[in-house]
Amino acid sequence: MTPKVDPAGRTRRWTIPKKYVNSLFAVLLGLIAGAFFMLAIGRNPFVGYFYLFKGGVMNLKYIGQTLATSTPLILTGLSVAFAFRTGLFNIGAAGQMLMGGLTAIGLALTFEHMLPRGILLAVIVLGSIVAGGLWALIAGVLKARFNVNEVVATIMLNWIAFWTVKYGVYAFFRDPQQETQSKAIDAVASLKAPWLTSLFPGSYINLGLFLSLIALVIIALVLDKTTLGYELKAVGFNRSAAEYAGIKVNRGVILSMTIAGMLAGLAGATYWTGYSSNMQIDTSSLPSQGLDGIAVALLGTNSPVGVLFAAVFFGMLQSGKGFMTAVTGIPPEIADTIIATVIYFAAAAVLIERVLDAWRKRRASKALAATKKGGEE
Amino acid sequence: MENIVEMRNIRKEFPGIVANDNVSIELRKGEVHALLGENGAGKSTLMSILFGLYQPEQGEIFIRGKKVRITDPNVANELGIGMVHQHFKLVHNFTVTQNIILGRESKRFGFVVDEKSASRRIRALSERYALNVNPDAKIEDISVGMQQRVEILKMLYRDAEALIFDEPTSVLTPQEIHELMKIMRNLIDEGKSIILITHKLREIKEIADRCTVLRRGRVIGTVDVASTTEARMAEMMVGREVSFKVDKKPAVPGDVVLKIEGLNVLSARKVLGLTDFSLEVRAGEIVGVAGVDGNGQSELVEAVTGMRSVESGTIRLRGRDITKQGVRERIREGIAHIPEDRHKHGLVLDYTVQENMILETYDQKPFSNHGLLDFPEIRKYAECIVEAFDVRAGEGVDSLARSLSGGNQQKAIVGREIELDPDLLVAVQPTRGLDVGAIEYIHKRLVEQRDSGKAVLLVSLELDEILNLSDRIVVVSHGALIGDVQADETDENEVGLMMTGIRKGESA
Repeated sequence: MTPKVDPAGRTRRWTIPKKYVNSLFAVLLGLIAGAFFMLAIGRNPFVGYFYLFKGGVMNLKYIGQTLATSTPLILTGLSVAFAFRTGLFNIGAAGQMLMGGLTAIGLALTFEHMLPRGILLAVIVLGSIVAGGLWALIAGVLKARFNVNEVVATIMLNWIAFWTVKYGVYAFFRDPQQETQSKAIDAVASLKAPWLTSLFPGSYINLGLFLSLIALVIIALVLDKTTLGYELKAVGFNRSAAEYAGIKVNRGVILSMTIAGMLAGLAGATYWTGYSSNMQIDTSSLPSQGLDGIAVALLGTNSPVGVLFAAVFFGMLQSGKGFMTAVTGIPPEIADTIIATVIYFAAAAVLIERVLDAWRKRRASKALAATKKGGEE
Repeated sequence: MENIVEMRNIRKEFPGIVANDNVSIELRKGEVHALLGENGAGKSTLMSILFGLYQPEQGEIFIRGKKVRITDPNVANELGIGMVHQHFKLVHNFTVTQNIILGRESKRFGFVVDEKSASRRIRALSERYALNVNPDAKIEDISVGMQQRVEILKMLYRDAEALIFDEPTSVLTPQEIHELMKIMRNLIDEGKSIILITHKLREIKEIADRCTVLRRGRVIGTVDVASTTEARMAEMMVGREVSFKVDKKPAVPGDVVLKIEGLNVLSARKVLGLTDFSLEVRAGEIVGVAGVDGNGQSELVEAVTGMRSVESGTIRLRGRDITKQGVRERIREGIAHIPEDRHKHGLVLDYTVQENMILETYDQKPFSNHGLLDFPEIRKYAECIVEAFDVRAGEGVDSLARSLSGGNQQKAIVGREIELDPDLLVAVQPTRGLDVGAIEYIHKRLVEQRDSGKAVLLVSLELDEILNLSDRIVVVSHGALIGDVQADETDENEVGLMMTGIRKGESA
């Protein structure tokens, strides 16, 4: 007789979906690695982590700051995740976000004294979505019509967007006092809302948070409940099978790239007309949220809920690192290193899975041996 | 008699299954030993262990009486074990010689590859075993049968004594199979020993001395081939009696359903894959398309189903011109398609079974409404198919398609396509890689479709399947229609001859 034991040799009351387990391990391993970094520079990691997390959540201001930092990350993360679920690698979230931001700033500065606030905000938000979508559409069409790899196309478009923004801001929306940035938008055109700011006083939190959550719900619904999501995922999983079933593969590629761009474009509005109120052009790099979006999607296993948690986690580290530095003198780069390490471990998820599997198997066989022995006695 | 190879009490587990359970097998010197079993019976696992690709959990291997540990294929080579894989491992733009010496280059001055002497040795080997291979030909220029001989030469070049053939006949024409059998006899005469993995009983009967039957990872028995009937071996393999003949009444062909006229289609390599091709399929008949792989079958199927555009010619379904229509429109018009490659085309492996069952119909009622999927309806429908077509899956319709066995995947596809209730069913290699039980089942279903008045276009590389199932047989060679015969008025020889491009009536 062989008694039945579950693989872990015990009954479980609750379980975390398996796809998230790897991500949690990645986070754990990243934090452990970060502790070693702190030790290596002669600091106490417990103190370091205490202030790092305290800096993310210690009071309403910092919580608001964490959420504000997370907002564009949720959107760029969603953008990358959505594209990935449909078989596309969107490296262009930064460029799409820039185009969305330029459009939002432009619309805000142009119409801020002409339209009532509600309509103005709607115009700004929709404008950024359309701009991001159109920017990504270019890469989608190139891929569908001419089989240009979307990775190459979106990287190129990132830099085209970068210079377009530099030129656009300088030529049309330049601040007369400070030539390296645009004029600041009026409070009436900002996504910051007085009631929200008073809830989290001193933070940059803005209505973009709600927009990102709405986008998250919509994307989750599209992916899981609609024929559109079914088609796009089928194309992503198996292009040949999609063709066999008569799904229009090229249309799917263009559409899903466009949707990804719309999300990243919205991120631009939440960042430059929400978190910030003008666009800086003295920078030589792309907005970090673009590439961070890839990390967020990776850590969030390309699922909307996972993206939310990953974005908030990264947002927390980002906003807490300043406090950690101020109190303990541990350099803020440590926080960036932790993020980088977490990403490495998330990318090595397969490895983690193997180690976990081997571990489970060993436990299971031990449990089996133990029960066998028990049966014989 | 001396045993070249002896595997004793081999056990190999994979997560969830025992692939080999206490399996013992011995290969005597100078014999052809067949390894017979259904898909998933553990034949390939056992041979992979012998070839050093897997390590067994338990058991011992003896080569020429000496206990050995085969840790990787190089060790197997050293011990004189060679394998011809089902899918050849050849570099296409290399010559025969270059392919054979790859990884075993003899060198002059330590770094210059000595192709000349290698080529001479290969020529000598080729003559000795009557293989008739030109060592200087490029792989891409020679036939599949010839490529297989290159694989055989590769083993001989490495002085292999025990040769493993994995399903060697699945890619060959009947004539080539005949040649291969001769080659195998030559190899035996020269003192080699052969393990033949197959599920074709007729070949075992023809060439093998002994046969070991595996079922579900266990040895059912080793029998003397000469004194055992095919039926008995099949029964051992499947575990019950099997009928080989497809039971069917004479066809009652009705109206023309599919009418193809003067079709020219470019292949993927941008040359004409199908030239001036005309064909009619009527309701209530099965038309089998016979031919050696790569002679225009894919182009025909893709043109009919709408996956490939045509250069000229027309395709009509029930009289309506569908030449310009897309895949989805043709499905709606009543074409169902059981594709050749179930993993590439037939299924989205990362979708669940239920999601796969609506691959062509997800945008129709009742499965969706205004763009929203109706999961209860989808589940109900999928459960019906799974029930009706005996698809076995661990978690029912919620199982990932990937987790199903090949046979169950195929049954799911067949079920999905038949449930479309088509006028024309295009079935391409519908039983490829399946075991006897599943083949029997799918054949029965195809005949049922015919009997209910559907037109069935069957494309298969298995001549037996074509001969057994079809009412009418057309033969393609180099993209042209070579012959069109009634199934009950022809035989294997005639069709096999036409497959090589010789028209009926012409002398060979």
